[in-house]
Amino acid sequence: MTTSAMPFPRAASWWRRITVWRLIFYAIMSAAVYATYLRAFYGLGAVTNLTNAFPWGVWIGFDVLCGVGLAAGGFTLVAIVHIFHIKRYEPILRPAILTAFLGYVLVVVALMFDLGRPDRIWHALVMWNPRSVMFEVAWCVMLYNTVLALEFAPAVFERLQWKRPLRVVQAISIPLVIAGVILSTLHQSSLGSLYLIVPSKLHPLWYSPLLPLLFYVSAISVGLAMTIFESWHSSRAFGKQLEWPLVMRLGRLLAVVLSVFLAMRFMDLSRRHALTYALEQRPEVWLFYLEIALMAIPVAVLFSGAVATRPKLLYACSVSAIFGFITHRLNVSVTGIQAMTGAPYFPRWTEIAITLGLVAAGFAIFRLAAKYLPVFEHEAMPHAAKAPGTIAHDTGQRTAVPREETPEEAMAEVRERT
Amino acid sequence: MANALLYDSTLCVGCKACETACAERWKLPYNDRIGEETVLSDHKLTAVTAHGENFGRRMCMHCEDPTCASVCPVGAFEKTKLGPVTYDASKCIGCRYCMFACPFQVPAYEWGSLAPKVRKCDQCYDRQMAGKMTACSEACPTGATISGEREAMIAEARKRISENPSGYYPRIYGLEEAGGTSMLLLSKVPFEQLGMPKGLPNHALPPLTWSALSYVPDIAAVGSVLLGGVYWITHRREEVALAEGRPPIGRGGAQGRREGPGEGGRS
Repeated sequence: MTTSAMPFPRAASWWRRITVWRLIFYAIMSAAVYATYLRAFYGLGAVTNLTNAFPWGVWIGFDVLCGVGLAAGGFTLVAIVHIFHIKRYEPILRPAILTAFLGYVLVVVALMFDLGRPDRIWHALVMWNPRSVMFEVAWCVMLYNTVLALEFAPAVFERLQWKRPLRVVQAISIPLVIAGVILSTLHQSSLGSLYLIVPSKLHPLWYSPLLPLLFYVSAISVGLAMTIFESWHSSRAFGKQLEWPLVMRLGRLLAVVLSVFLAMRFMDLSRRHALTYALEQRPEVWLFYLEIALMAIPVAVLFSGAVATRPKLLYACSVSAIFGFITHRLNVSVTGIQAMTGAPYFPRWTEIAITLGLVAAGFAIFRLAAKYLPVFEHEAMPHAAKAPGTIAHDTGQRTAVPREETPEEAMAEVRERT
Repeated sequence: MANALLYDSTLCVGCKACETACAERWKLPYNDRIGEETVLSDHKLTAVTAHGENFGRRMCMHCEDPTCASVCPVGAFEKTKLGPVTYDASKCIGCRYCMFACPFQVPAYEWGSLAPKVRKCDQCYDRQMAGKMTACSEACPTGATISGEREAMIAEARKRISENPSGYYPRIYGLEEAGGTSMLLLSKVPFEQLGMPKGLPNHALPPLTWSALSYVPDIAAVGSVLLGGVYWITHRREEVALAEGRPPIGRGGAQGRREGPGEGGRS
C-alpha cells in the first residue's frame, strides 16, 4: 500500500486551505535556521542575552523544563494502559508516546544549542559525578530517549511490515514500560531538584524543599492536559471522531491531579510562612497569581461538570492547564530568580526564534508521523498484534475503537458522540 | 592542612595591585578600563570595589564544601586538600549549572568564545603547591590580603577583632557562609555594604540536592518492584477474566462514563 493512497481527505484540505499557518511555519523556520547559523559561528554571547549573573535563560526555562513536562503524557498514559491495564485508553496511547518522544528529542536538540560545548555532550557518559542533579538529568534524558524510541518503534515496524523486530520489541515491552515510568519519575522530579541548590537565589514563592515533588505532580497534570489537547487537534486535523468519553474522563483526572498540585503548593507555602509574599505588589507576585489562576480555573470548571456536553470547554481547560504549567516553570526558572538576584534578562530574538522553531518542528514532525505511520489508527498492542492480520494497514481500519469492544458498547459510544 | 586567604578591608587602600598581579598570573589583559570594572568576568577573576571610604574584594570563595563541585555533571571542579577549588576546562561541557548554583555568583563564562570555558580564581593552586603565596597576597603592599593555614588565618582575624573591637564589624565573613570558605573577610561595616551576598545559609549547600538525589536508588528499586507487581496483578486478572469468558476489565469507552474518574472500570 502506498502512502499517497491513504485517505486523509479532511487533513489534506485543512492543511492546504489554511496557508497562513504554512507561511508562519516557514517564517519561524527561516528565522530559526538563521539563528542556528549565528549560534554556530558567533557563540552564545551573540545569540543570547545571558550574563554571568543570569546564565540560564528560556532555552533551559522553556525548552528543557517545559519540553520535558509537556512530554509527560507519554509515561502517564503508558502507566495507565500497560501497568494498570485500563485498556480503554489504548487508542490515544501512541499519540502520547509520539509526543513524548518528540518532546525529548527536541529537548536534546535544545541542549545542543544551550550547552557551551555541545561537542562534549558525551562527557556525562564517562565522567561521573553522582552528587550532581545535572548528572542524573543527563542519564535520565539519555535512557528515557532510548526507551521512548523502543516504545514508539512498533509504529514504524508495523508500517514497514517488519514482523521480527516488532516481535522483539513487543517481547520486552513490559520491562520497557516499567523502565520508562521509573525514568520519567526520576527525571521529572530531578528537574525540580535542580533548583534545590539555590535557596538564596530563588524567590520564596517558588523555592521549596518540595520542588521535586511539585515538578512531578505538575508534569503528570500537563501530560494529561497535553493528551486532551492533542486528541482535540488530531481529531480535527484528521477528520476523526474525538474519543469523547475517554477524553472527558482524562479531563476529570486532570482536575484531580491539578487539585493535588494546588493543595500541595498552598500547604507548602503556608508551612514555610511564604504566603505573606503573595500580598506584595510586585510583578513576580502578579505572575504568581496568573500561574495559580490558570490552574485553579480549569479545576473549578472541570469539577462543575459544565464540560460534559461541551468539548470546546474541556479543550479550553486543557489549554489553561498547559499555560498554567508553563507559567509555573518559567516563574521558577526566570521570574523567581530575577526577583531575588535582580539580574536583568529578557530573551534575545534569536533565543525566541530557536525556541519557536523547535516547537514548530515538533508540530510538523508530529503531523508527518501521524500521516505516514500508524499512530492514530493502529490496533491494540501488544495483545491484538500477536494475532495475524490485525496490523492496522492490513485491516484498513480507520477508527480507533478497541477491537475487544462489544457491539453494544460501540453503539452506546456512537450515541454518546452524537 | 588547608590554606585560606584573609582579606582585611580596613587595611585595603584600593590600589588594585592584586588585580594586576592576578591578570598577570592568568595572562589576561589589564588596563585602566578593566581596572574600573567592578564585577567578576571571564577577563577579571578578582575585583576590588570601592564603597564610600571602604573597599571590598570579590573573588572565588573556595568553599569548604563547594556548590560548584557538587553540581557539575562531569566533575570538572575539585576541592583540593590544600584549600583551592580547581576547575578542569577539558572536562567542562558548558551547562553552566556551576554559575547558576554558586551562592557567591563567582564563576564567569567566556560568552564570546566558540569553545567557551568557565573562568574563576583557583587561588594560585600551582603556586600554593610549590609552597608559594598567592600572586595577590604577594603583590599586596599593605598586607590587606594575606595567606596561610586556614586555622591560623581565623585565629589572626579573631585577634584583630578582639584587639580593636570598635574598628571591626564583629564577624568573620566566610567562617560559616555556605558552610565555610577558604577566603575570609574582615570589615568595618556589615559585609553586604562591601557587595558581598547576604542571606546565605550558614551550612553547606550540596546536602540540599543530595537529600533528593539520595532517593534515586530507592525509587528505582521500590518503583520497579511495585509497578511490576501491579502489572502482574492486573495482567493476571485479565487472563482470568478471559478464561472465564467475562469481558476484561478496563475496556470499553462508553459504559465507563457512568463511573467515577480514575476508577478504571474495576467495578
